[in-house]
This record gives sequence, structure tokens and C-alpha cells, in this order.
Amino acid sequence: MNRTVLDLWVGFFVAIGIAALLFLALKVGNLSSAHLSETYVLQAKFDNIGGLKVRGPVKSAGVVVGRIADIKFDPASYEAVVTLQVDGRYQFPKDTFASIYTAGLLGEQYVGLDVGGDEKMLKAGDTIAKTQSAVVLEKMISQFLFSKAADGQDKK
Amino acid sequence: MLNPATLLRKLGHVMVERIWRLGFAARFMSAVILYSGASFRRLPLTLREVYVSGVLSLLIILVSGLFVGMVLGLQGYETLQRFGSTEALGIMVALSLTRELGPVVAGLLFASRAGSSVTAEIGLMKATEQLKAMDMMAVNPIARVVAPRFWGGVISMPLLAALFSSMGVLGGWLVGVVFIGVDDGAFWSQMQAGVDFRYDIINGVIKSFVFGIAVSLIAVFEGYDSVPTAEGVSRAITRTVVTSALTILALDFVLTSFMFRGTS
Repeated sequence: MNRTVLDLWVGFFVAIGIAALLFLALKVGNLSSAHLSETYVLQAKFDNIGGLKVRGPVKSAGVVVGRIADIKFDPASYEAVVTLQVDGRYQFPKDTFASIYTAGLLGEQYVGLDVGGDEKMLKAGDTIAKTQSAVVLEKMISQFLFSKAADGQDKK
Repeated sequence: MLNPATLLRKLGHVMVERIWRLGFAARFMSAVILYSGASFRRLPLTLREVYVSGVLSLLIILVSGLFVGMVLGLQGYETLQRFGSTEALGIMVALSLTRELGPVVAGLLFASRAGSSVTAEIGLMKATEQLKAMDMMAVNPIARVVAPRFWGGVISMPLLAALFSSMGVLGGWLVGVVFIGVDDGAFWSQMQAGVDFRYDIINGVIKSFVFGIAVSLIAVFEGYDSVPTAEGVSRAITRTVVTSALTILALDFVLTSFMFRGTS
């Protein structure tokens, strides 16, 4: 085989191979959308994080504004310390409320930021003061059952 | 007659033989790495091997990738529709391909398509004493014959695995969206939300790279170490395919347990 023809084929092979990698990165993966160029770090303490996972989304008004960078247990206060990486384009007021929500009935859990009305903004490294823990289904059911039982006794 | 002493002796002989071969394989591997300078200085040598093991494997990789993706689309839809979550088809197809099926199936196909031909080529060169003739002419056969084939395989394999995964995703899309009618937007957006570039795709590429090294090394070693007869070469080819398949599957388990620890 002539070498120039061979070179052409190898070049073609390498080109479509790299094109396939790019396709995987940009179209299949989330390199294009979730690549947060500049981020800053916020922290939030929760009594119970439920099934929250590292790399899970941080949403505000339903829009993904960041990722969960780290989850740690604080042995001093017995709380979970969740580190949030928030997109640098977005600023949130000081009295922002961080809650753990579930997407759908059985979906993944995410941190939702409900914006308050404070004039001052959260800076990098700040801790979000107001948080709400994940809803634990067993607790809810037992509370419901206890209140039902209490209702029944009152009526007697 | 089978008395225990002979049996024990045979077993011991087989074990010693295995360990001997393993040691020789390790020495051979370091020789290949050591003498691979020539395959980059004289690039046409390596390019020819990329052509032989990469370009000539394109057809089988692309077609099987497409069909594997189509089957994943059909089976995934079948299962997911029971739970009413057919929009998750995209992420299911993409994750199974980029994490596992792409590198592993492409590696198995690569071993049987390209690895076997490399073994046959080197084995026949040995059987017809071409390697010895090179040695006589002061041309190092490892630098001239073995190393370019090794590097050709190592370069081709990640590209082939990426092509396999891409074709698979397209096949899944073809069946899921075009034939069955899953929503196009949900298919892609769920996929993009769930597939992480570093965690899923880069790890898949690392896997295919490791498989490429393993398969190429096994192929050149079996060829170089083959008994220089017609039967010996055919046995070496069989060993290449079997050993490569087992190595890929075992390595896949080890790599998976390192990479994906169920943190997400």
C-alpha cells in the first residue's frame, strides 16, 4: 500500500476517534453545561441530610446554580456540614434559606436555596444560617400515626 | 498409570512452567518499553500498525456498537416503561456504554480482531525465522517488529472504545427516540444531567487505555513466545484471544472497584 494513502486512513481514523470523544464529552456528558467556570464556596449545616450525595445539584428556583462539593460530619455539634460550590455569576442574600428537597417522589435529593430579602450578600466561605433538614419518611409516618392516635383518645 | 507421585510431579511442572513464562513476560515487557524509542522516531512503522489494528477494526467496532446500543435501547425501554420512567432511557444507555460496555466489548472485539492478527504475524515471522534473520543483520526485532505493533494497539484502543460508545448512544437514540418515540429532549437532557465528564467518560477512557495496553502486550508476547510451528502459532493465537478476554474482564472488575465506589 502506498504510504500517502495509508497516512490518509490513519488520519481519518484518529480524527473520527477524537470526534467520538468530543461527542461523548459535549453531547453525552455535561462538560458544556455543568462546567462552572468560577465558583465560590458556601457552607450549610443540617440536622439530617437524608440521602444527599456529593456532586448532587444545588438549585434555586429550580435552576441548577451549583454542585455539592463535600459532605462532612461535625463531631462537635453532631450536624452534617455540607459544602456547596455555587456558580460565581449568582449572588444570594444573607438570609437565604437552604433546604433539602427531593426531586419527584423517589428522585434524587438536592439542596434548594430559597432567597430572602436581605440587602447584604453571602460571601465566599460563609455559612448559611437558616437550614431545613431532609424529610425522613419514617418520621413523618410515625408523627402522623401518633397524632391520629392522640385524636382518637381525645374523642373518647 | 496414574500414581500420586507422577500427578504431583506434573502439577509442579505446570506451575513452574507458568511462573517461568510470567517472569519471561515481565522481562519481555520491560524490553518492549525500553526499545520503543524507535517506534516514535520512525513514525511510519507505528502508523502502519495503527492502520492495521485500528482502521481495519473500524467496521466491526462501529457495527457492533450500533447494534449493542440498539439492543440496550430496546431492553432498557422494556424495563423502564414498567416504572413509567422511559425518559431515563438516555442516561441508562449512555452510562452503561461509557462506563462498562464501551471499553469492555470494544476490548474483546479488539483482542479477537487485531490482537489475534498481531500474534499470527509475529508468530509466523518467528516460524519462518525472519526474527532471527533480523537479529543476524543487527536489527533488533523487538524494536523493529514488536514495539510498533504494541504502540499501534495502545493508540488505537481508546479511540475504538470512544467510537463504540458513541455509536452505541446513537443506536440507543435511534431505537428509543426514532422507532419507539421517547421524547427527544428528555432523552438528551437526562443523559447530560446524569453523565459526568470526569467521573464517567474519563474513567471509561482510562479503562480502554489500560485494556489496550493489556491486549497489545498479550498479543505481541504470545506471538514472540509461540512455538515456531504451524500448530504452535495457531495455539498462540487461541491463547491470545482467551487470555486477553479473561484479562480484560478481571482488570475491568479491579478498575471498576477503584473508580466507582457508589458515592453517587
